[in-house]
Amino acid sequence: MSGHSYDAENYWKANLRLIFGSLIIWALVSYGAAILLRPMLAGIEVGGTDLGFWFAQQGSIITFIILIFFYAWRMNKIDEKFGVHEE
Amino acid sequence: MSQFAINLLFVGGSFLLYIGIAVWAKAGSTSDFYVAGGGVHPVTNGMAIGADWMSAASFISMAGLIAAGGYANSTFLMGWTGGYVLLAMLLAPYLRKFGKFTVPEFIGDRYYSANARLVAVICLIVASVTYVIGQMAGAGVAFSRFLEVEATNGLIIAAIVVFIYAVLGGMKGITYTQVAQYCVLIVAYTIPAVFISLQLTGNPIPGLGMFSTHTESGLPLLTKLNQVITDLGFNQYTADVDNKLNMVLFTLSLMIGTAGLPHVIIRFFTVPKVSDARWSGGWALVFIALLYLTAPAVASMARLNLMTTIYPEGTQAQPIEYDQRPGWIATWEETGLITYEDKNNDGRIQLYNDKNADFAATASERGWAGNEMVVNNDILVLANPEIANLPGWVIGLIAAGGLAAALSTAAGLLLAISSAVSHDLIKGRLNPNISDKGELLAARISMAIAIVVATWLGANPPGFAAQVVALAFGIAGASLFPALMMGIFSKRVNNVGAISGMLAGLTFTLVYIFTYKGWLFIPGTNTLADSPENWVLGISPLSIGAIGAIVNFAVAFGVSKVTAEPPVEIQELVESVRYPRGAGTAHDH
Repeated sequence: MSGHSYDAENYWKANLRLIFGSLIIWALVSYGAAILLRPMLAGIEVGGTDLGFWFAQQGSIITFIILIFFYAWRMNKIDEKFGVHEE
Repeated sequence: MSQFAINLLFVGGSFLLYIGIAVWAKAGSTSDFYVAGGGVHPVTNGMAIGADWMSAASFISMAGLIAAGGYANSTFLMGWTGGYVLLAMLLAPYLRKFGKFTVPEFIGDRYYSANARLVAVICLIVASVTYVIGQMAGAGVAFSRFLEVEATNGLIIAAIVVFIYAVLGGMKGITYTQVAQYCVLIVAYTIPAVFISLQLTGNPIPGLGMFSTHTESGLPLLTKLNQVITDLGFNQYTADVDNKLNMVLFTLSLMIGTAGLPHVIIRFFTVPKVSDARWSGGWALVFIALLYLTAPAVASMARLNLMTTIYPEGTQAQPIEYDQRPGWIATWEETGLITYEDKNNDGRIQLYNDKNADFAATASERGWAGNEMVVNNDILVLANPEIANLPGWVIGLIAAGGLAAALSTAAGLLLAISSAVSHDLIKGRLNPNISDKGELLAARISMAIAIVVATWLGANPPGFAAQVVALAFGIAGASLFPALMMGIFSKRVNNVGAISGMLAGLTFTLVYIFTYKGWLFIPGTNTLADSPENWVLGISPLSIGAIGAIVNFAVAFGVSKVTAEPPVEIQELVESVRYPRGAGTAHDH
């Protein structure tokens, strides 16, 4: 890998964009819906309690799993697109 | 067959299985010992990470903490899973590409400094030792109850079993043993949960059951629970917390600690490719989530079951008579983890919140003279099958599961400690010319010493499992996580910056923790009482790791800015870890 080619730079930028987007969702479900925004979501009822409680004890974990698989799948595609994947 | 014989059968059988696997997977080289030869499938690795990760704290203590704290303790659920997102995106693939054996090795190479490596070794040992204390203490609790031996003797049995399979098999033995331990612990955890969920709600999936209707009362389960416990003066289970800042910081500390704990990171060095490291993170979280999605259900259902056991006629009627108490209460009383004192001499068990001033009038009206039964949080999962009247073999299974969780994590931590000592300290610093065989021997000896130290600390633990563990997270998150992340995402952070950052983060975090928890955790030596009024801005010592990490980042960037840029070959190293192509298996030189 020749370190400084135009493509290598774009590859890294694509990775950073993907990480950034994923971490926004990561923060939104946990720090957002489950903690800070819970009072705002209090009106939405889920099985005897509210949506914020569900996100805190179930929803955020499920979202985390989806995020990691999505990242792995997208990133492996991006590796191939930029030709930096492993043989 | 007596319950004791069933427990012995399950625990003994699982131990034989682990030792059998260790003999089969004996490590022949340092590569086998440190990274299992680098040929582990991502799904297998995910399962091993699951067992490595889910400790006595996850298995034994977590549901108890959630049961006691309700919504407020959701932090453990999010913190201990959300860290995997950081790990899979910010650290694991790049460290796998770097392709060495240990975490300090990356820090030493990236920051071109033997001192940086040494600081990383110290951080690693402090975090791992703090963590291992919780595991050994957890194993002690499980043993003392199920094998009916004294906790110290139970610990020694556990230590011998870990010694055999970890010292013999190294990472290779540990990986395959952990796969078996994962299966044992997840089956043990979910079976009672499914039964209880069926009993209470008719829904076989506990995570759904906790949001369904409580069959007996026709109310949603959580509404019913809120009703029962508020009748007894407790806070609502689903109540929101006032101190959101602390909740956010605590969750963040647990997340970055998860990502920074070396025993988990090194597991990603065992897969063949960078893309496998990414998949591994996802699989690991799937296997972890099976327990973590069940734990909150176990918590709420066990709390409800406990209350209906004590108040069989409802909370407005008289509680149960002490002489009529179920057998499990009596057995746990023997361990001292349930205590009873008949304060109003009526022969009944008044279990309620006597710290609630608003409830005091109701309590005295009912002739109650204070809470009479204290139930330790740590017993909840272990006692769960008995509380729900499940058959004896389920209890034996829980015993084996709790021990699997404690032992698998202890083994992973001991491996991280021993590889840091033999590979980073002895080979990296004291004797670089040591042969592969000599290093393997050094690794085994340092692991043996680590086991002895861990066992001693487990017999004399400074607090209950999950609390101590939370501190290890603060330390890993404040020292190692920022150094690793900056090492990959910044080419500008240099040796002086990284070392000052790690030291600043670690010192800051430790000083804050020791101020409230006692210096070196020695009881009675704390400078300020550990209560919310004394905490700076209401930030608990358990949440301080997140601030420590910010201190680390700030110091590292600040110092790097005013000192020389890293040499060109280091910038090229950073460049190379960013691109997956050309990753061989983890190697030595």
